[in-house]
Amino acid sequence: MSRFWHSIAVGLVGMLSVGTVAAVPDTLAQRLQACTACHGAQGKATSDGYYPRIAGKPADYLYNQLIHFRDGRRNHPAMVYMVRNQPEAYLREIAQYFSDQHLPYPAPQAGDLDARASARGEQLVRKGDAAQGLPACMQCHGPRLTGMLPAAPGLLGLPRDYLYAQLSNWRNGRRQAATPDCMARVAKALSQDDLVTVASWLSTQPVPVESQPAVAASKPLPLACGSLPQ
Amino acid sequence: MSHAIFRPRLIVPLLILLLAGVWFWLPGWQEEVSTATAGNVADPVARGRYLATAGDCLACHTARGGAPYAGGRVLQTAYGDFVTPNITPATGAGLGSWSADDFWRALHYGRGKDGRFLYPAFPYPNYTKINRADSDALYAYLRTIAPVEQRPAEHQLDFPYNQRSLLRLWQALYFKPGVYQADAGQNAEWNRGAYLVQGLGHCGACHTSRDRLGGPNLRLELGGSLLAVQDWYAPSLTDRQEAHLAQDSREDLVALLSTGVSHRHAVFGPMAEVVYRSLQHLDEPDVHAMALYLQSLPPTSAPVASDNPVLPEHEKLAMQIRGKRLYQDLCINCHGKNGEGAPPAYPPLAGNRSLLQANPVNVVRMVLNGGFPPGTRGNPRPYGMPPFGPSLNDREVAAVASYIRTAWGNRGEMVAPQAVERYRTVPAD
Repeated sequence: MSRFWHSIAVGLVGMLSVGTVAAVPDTLAQRLQACTACHGAQGKATSDGYYPRIAGKPADYLYNQLIHFRDGRRNHPAMVYMVRNQPEAYLREIAQYFSDQHLPYPAPQAGDLDARASARGEQLVRKGDAAQGLPACMQCHGPRLTGMLPAAPGLLGLPRDYLYAQLSNWRNGRRQAATPDCMARVAKALSQDDLVTVASWLSTQPVPVESQPAVAASKPLPLACGSLPQ
Repeated sequence: MSHAIFRPRLIVPLLILLLAGVWFWLPGWQEEVSTATAGNVADPVARGRYLATAGDCLACHTARGGAPYAGGRVLQTAYGDFVTPNITPATGAGLGSWSADDFWRALHYGRGKDGRFLYPAFPYPNYTKINRADSDALYAYLRTIAPVEQRPAEHQLDFPYNQRSLLRLWQALYFKPGVYQADAGQNAEWNRGAYLVQGLGHCGACHTSRDRLGGPNLRLELGGSLLAVQDWYAPSLTDRQEAHLAQDSREDLVALLSTGVSHRHAVFGPMAEVVYRSLQHLDEPDVHAMALYLQSLPPTSAPVASDNPVLPEHEKLAMQIRGKRLYQDLCINCHGKNGEGAPPAYPPLAGNRSLLQANPVNVVRMVLNGGFPPGTRGNPRPYGMPPFGPSLNDREVAAVASYIRTAWGNRGEMVAPQAVERYRTVPAD
């Protein structure tokens, strides 16, 4: 068959079948399959042990991260590739979509901390360590550790490896937030042992039934954070 | 855009030999001091802003997340890293001390203010086509940008590429300054398109291949080029088996260039950035003119050699079967049972020439990395494709790539798993 007739035939087949294709749903869920491949259906994460859950995190937090990936403060290559040519209005919409997904959490990962390490982890999370210059995680991430509006993410329901990687990246500058970068200060004040301990402890805690982020703090946070509206 | 300028290998001995022989009789270009000005343009700054967009200056002259036009973006090449200069009007770090004549000399002759030769990573072989009035408008616009006193790092180039004086030789071999001359046999729209494509648009910086000394292959202009380091293939715009554009309707091509998607295609990889930052912002008559010119290019058929591993005959059938099964499990919901797609959300795969290029790098990377077409004014909320790199192994990616290159009458070559392995480690960004 000549190339000419061949292309005509292909074209005709194409035209015939166009009529039978169901319309593409005009929804964000349909548009964002590029995201859910790794972050799980509706952003609730998969069981792969690394990619974080994004469902239900504060919209401002998610939006800030998309902008950080675009502008070089975060550097996961696949994420940079996804966001680099998207307008801010769309990124805002994507952040809101995943923030609005409130889904049940799976059981936490099994832990291997001994009693002493577990106590240290709990102390860092609930009380901090003033001698090390460490505020309690709860002061910014909410009393239930489910995040705090407008832009602090929850710390529960995340894989240990992901938490560990984020704290490490913050410490060595591979992950950054807007200046002043409060989490960079915290991560740099953590000892390596404490860093492992706190990531492990957090990953083994069940997510409370009331899993939505806490309302914004009424008093000043312990550290100045550039990611919060000033 | 010009990340793939040179190829190493022969370059050292050749350069030294040639240099010794011809250095002293090299003619410097007689620089004419043009007196033309932008005086006949109503608002040179607005005009310059538009031209800077058409030239996509911002893309290279801005670091990721950095101040606009303050330079510092690193262009990785096989010869080392080029760091783009600061072109804000900062006195020390930028172009603050440059006159309109200095700026013209850079665009038109590839020479800096101090007379030094500029590396052709700055696409002056294209920009030399820009006329003086447009150069002056660009200059007027760049004077209005907030000055940033921040000097980008030096280029980190290997020897001998770090010997800037060798560029004198390069220019003698490959560069002929000259403003675009209208073709009297063509209408004004065609000439406008040619001016934009050949000049400001610098399409050839990616779509024209280079010889071993980094000179553009002018016998095969826009004939396709593999972008080294970036590992994307900029398809031939003249080969009918690749992206020759005459086969699409004008409307489809205009839609593709100005929105990133059409009823036939979607742009991705480096071209997504070109559409996002530059083409979507151009006036429709200019995009029409570029489309008209591109569709008029005489067809060629000189496929760029591919050194990708070939799939042995005895594995082809198994690959087809496996690929079809994967396609039905993973791809069919968006791209359709017969590869018909659901454009413009999801491009058709049947009859899609982007899939059929001899070098399978683009298909393989699309399956591995997925991604979104650019979010543009005409398509502000694009539909994305999942990355399959995390969930499919090399053999599976090769199978599905092989299937879509050969199903529904597509006549592409099958893909070997080794080709997937090769591109899996290339960072997506």
